[in-house]
Amino acid sequence: MLPTLPGFGRSVDPQVLLEPGLDVTLKKRLANAGLNAAKAQGASYADVRIGRYLNQFIVTREDKVQNIVNTESYGVGVRVIANGCWGFAAIGEAKTEADVARAAAKAVAMAKANAELAKEPVQLAPQKGFGEVSWKTPITKNGFEVPIREKVDLLMSVNGAALKNGANFVDSALFMINEQKYFASTDGSYIDQDVHRIWPNFTITAIDPKTGKFQTRDSLSAPVGMSYDYLQVNPSDKVTGITTRYNQGYDMLEDAIAGAKQAKEKLAAKSVEAGKYDLILDPSHTWLTIHESVGHPLELDRVLGYEANLAGTSFATLDKWKSKNFNYGSKEVTLFADKTQKGSLGAVGYDDEGVSTKRWDLVKDGVLVNYQAIRDQVHIIGENESQGCCYADSWGTVQFQRMANVSLAPGKQKLSVQDMIKDVKKGIYIIGDGSYSIDQQRYNFQFGGQLFYEIRDGQIAGMLKDVAYQSNTQEFWNSCVAVCDESDYRLGGSFFDGKGQPIQTNSVSHGSSTARFNGVNVINTARKI
Amino acid sequence: MSIAASEVEVKALLQKVLGYSKADECEVNLLDEEWSNIRYARNEVSTCGSLANKTLTVRSAFGKRVGVAAINEFDEAALEKVVRRSEELARLAPENPEYVGLVGPQTYLKANGFFESTANVSPSARAGAVVESIRLCRDQKQLGAGYLEDRVSYAALMNSKGLFAYYPSTQVNFSLTVRTPDGTGSGYATRGYNDFNQLKTAPATQVAVQKAMGSVGARALEPGKYTVILEPLAAGVLLEHLFGALDARSADEGRSFLSKPGGKTRLGEKLIDERVTIYSDPTFAELPASPWSGDGRAQEKTAWIEKGVVKNVAYSRYWAQKKGVKAIPYPNNFIMLGGTASLDEMIKSTQRGILVTKLWYTRSVDPQTLLVTGLTRDGTFYIENGRIKHPVKNFRFNESPIIMLNNVEMLGKPERMVSSEGSFANYMIPPMKIREFTFSSLSEAV
Repeated sequence: MLPTLPGFGRSVDPQVLLEPGLDVTLKKRLANAGLNAAKAQGASYADVRIGRYLNQFIVTREDKVQNIVNTESYGVGVRVIANGCWGFAAIGEAKTEADVARAAAKAVAMAKANAELAKEPVQLAPQKGFGEVSWKTPITKNGFEVPIREKVDLLMSVNGAALKNGANFVDSALFMINEQKYFASTDGSYIDQDVHRIWPNFTITAIDPKTGKFQTRDSLSAPVGMSYDYLQVNPSDKVTGITTRYNQGYDMLEDAIAGAKQAKEKLAAKSVEAGKYDLILDPSHTWLTIHESVGHPLELDRVLGYEANLAGTSFATLDKWKSKNFNYGSKEVTLFADKTQKGSLGAVGYDDEGVSTKRWDLVKDGVLVNYQAIRDQVHIIGENESQGCCYADSWGTVQFQRMANVSLAPGKQKLSVQDMIKDVKKGIYIIGDGSYSIDQQRYNFQFGGQLFYEIRDGQIAGMLKDVAYQSNTQEFWNSCVAVCDESDYRLGGSFFDGKGQPIQTNSVSHGSSTARFNGVNVINTARKI
Repeated sequence: MSIAASEVEVKALLQKVLGYSKADECEVNLLDEEWSNIRYARNEVSTCGSLANKTLTVRSAFGKRVGVAAINEFDEAALEKVVRRSEELARLAPENPEYVGLVGPQTYLKANGFFESTANVSPSARAGAVVESIRLCRDQKQLGAGYLEDRVSYAALMNSKGLFAYYPSTQVNFSLTVRTPDGTGSGYATRGYNDFNQLKTAPATQVAVQKAMGSVGARALEPGKYTVILEPLAAGVLLEHLFGALDARSADEGRSFLSKPGGKTRLGEKLIDERVTIYSDPTFAELPASPWSGDGRAQEKTAWIEKGVVKNVAYSRYWAQKKGVKAIPYPNNFIMLGGTASLDEMIKSTQRGILVTKLWYTRSVDPQTLLVTGLTRDGTFYIENGRIKHPVKNFRFNESPIIMLNNVEMLGKPERMVSSEGSFANYMIPPMKIREFTFSSLSEAV
């Protein structure tokens, strides 16, 4: 569910963000204190997460810096199984072994209390211990080390360029995140991870003074599992065409210039005529459709009813999976989950319950073949190893099943976007994500976008506005007739996917190559008030 | 640090912190809060937890350079350190041309949002409320998934211009989705109070059970324009999109539903049906709210929409100064007036229409018209000749609250509702009968 803005840690001096966290030997000692205390209190399993979460957000509009936020959050969360039931307790600013042991004892007490209300004991899939290991997001330039002045200058130049090219207003921001996570469990793992993410973005507004109408154009960047290296412009990361899109490197200045011109162009664009169109969807758009119509319905906890009260359940029920012939999509459609993809938001070495990450198919050649499940769920789908997609958004929240990067596999045949458009008679080419909504079982959805181009007889015929498409998940993925090859494969994603009560956020990427969907229902969203 | 902060203790603490300040201006903000929750699904408790958080935030200003720092430790050294850190950050910060200084002393209305019953709710009372709900679901062979969260908070603000504000409050929110075991029916209920003693999970559970069982066997109706009766929960989440857009600056800048060509706005114009009045009042007994805004401005009883006319929009102090108008802050509650009719009476008065329990995944489609899309959920029923005839399959809608409030047929008695769309805010909203509400497609979702 998107978006929910999370709470962050306490605000700190930016210098604090560069200080190293606790030494790994100290972390091991703290963790062992928690594991030992849990076992002494009667836990059959325990894990300890020592987390330091750093954020830096720079927010600007036009020629002004509106806010610079630096936050740090540190604490320890202990999760246990006692009397067959989960318990969890967390403690902020935990400095001593006694602090962690206290949290462990509290978690065990909670598990024992919950056990009185539970019907069935937790079945935890076995997991071998990895000993002392570490993993780090492969980055070449840490954004926290870049002087704030340089980052502010970049955003100011972006805003200036947008205003110079016709924008009336521009809001821009740079979000940077560093999760320093240490995980230890009674399985014998001591895992130290250093995870980085970055998201440069803007919204440009253009106003027609005569009519009073306004249009916006959001940046075509993606939040990524990288750091400042994402802002190092490399020509090979640019995808040229009707507008430039970006792969592993983002030219924010160039995109702002294009964005300002396109926001103005949107004011004069033709209002779409409602009806059936063949849609050509760019990866900067498709990620959100994948997220809502594939990522969420294939989360096993939703399928089982654990999220019924907020996010909802799923149409992709176990009987459909068991039948081995449920056509989620056409034969062109293979959708896979992957927690290892380089540059993706979900990439880590190990998940938050000590499972090494991997890639697995969810829909293969159109057929539903699997779900996303964690250690206490995989027995339900007949597997004895977790898929490694457990996550908690803080040391203070309990880890649970979260969406892996879920992506559409590129087409096996060589196919370019130009060739794909060539034989579309009546279509719309959509770039960028816009408004979005889907029902609680993930059947019926509606999506907008940033840029819409009419296709007539194989040619781009100009810009459209007021476009949204509505479809049903199974019908939509079965209308997929072609996917471009892997040279067009790119990631989009969300920093703020929300799930659970109390709500937790998760960052997740979704990759695809440009894809074609035939005969999709398009509505006109213009209204008069 | 334990949570039990009296006004006298808080005042002394903030005075001490202010005493360390060497900046031109200094503001100290204290938020001391504790949440507890229980979550259940498939008629079993799935998780529970509690979180205590006490944060002191200091904002220091030298001219127009502002720095902010926060701590969650409260020894003398830490208190001085946080002031020094905010001053260092202020010296390093670029000038903020929109900084207009701190608010002076204010007189606040008296609002009572604090109840001992909630502040001191015992773990067994909390668990008992949930167990009662689960038992009712089990007894009727339905599957319940719910969430109960209570919160106690003490908020205070003091600044170097002599302002002091203090507001203790409590809140409990309960929500529940009941599904039939075969997954063909689903119902929902939610309740929000400041006083835990008012929460009765049993009758709320019964409502959700009835909606779930009553929605089995839903039939498909053609999408199109229908007369709808929106229960307060459904109406409220649509109005939330209107509430969030009552901002002066975006209207003046030409990028709001309130904007008109040439930099003009619709402020003062009649925009919707004259039966619609929406106001805010921190002292409203059924929905008390903090009598001060985040920057310390006094919250007064304020009309936002009066008899269909846009009476006020919210201003930042910078924007109000620039425009030479009173800086009315964004309110802490919204109350919409209604009529006296009950939901039953509204159904009886309807020849042909659709009763909507809840709207889900409502998202803005076009900020220019406030067009919102989303779906009905957890209890959608066809009404014919004044009676509920049968459940219907859920619809996707595309509708603007402005268009909707121009198509008012009838307003019922306002009720306190809890937004189910992420904000979990509470509002006073009447059930409303609306003609020509636009459903654009069908959903199979239950």
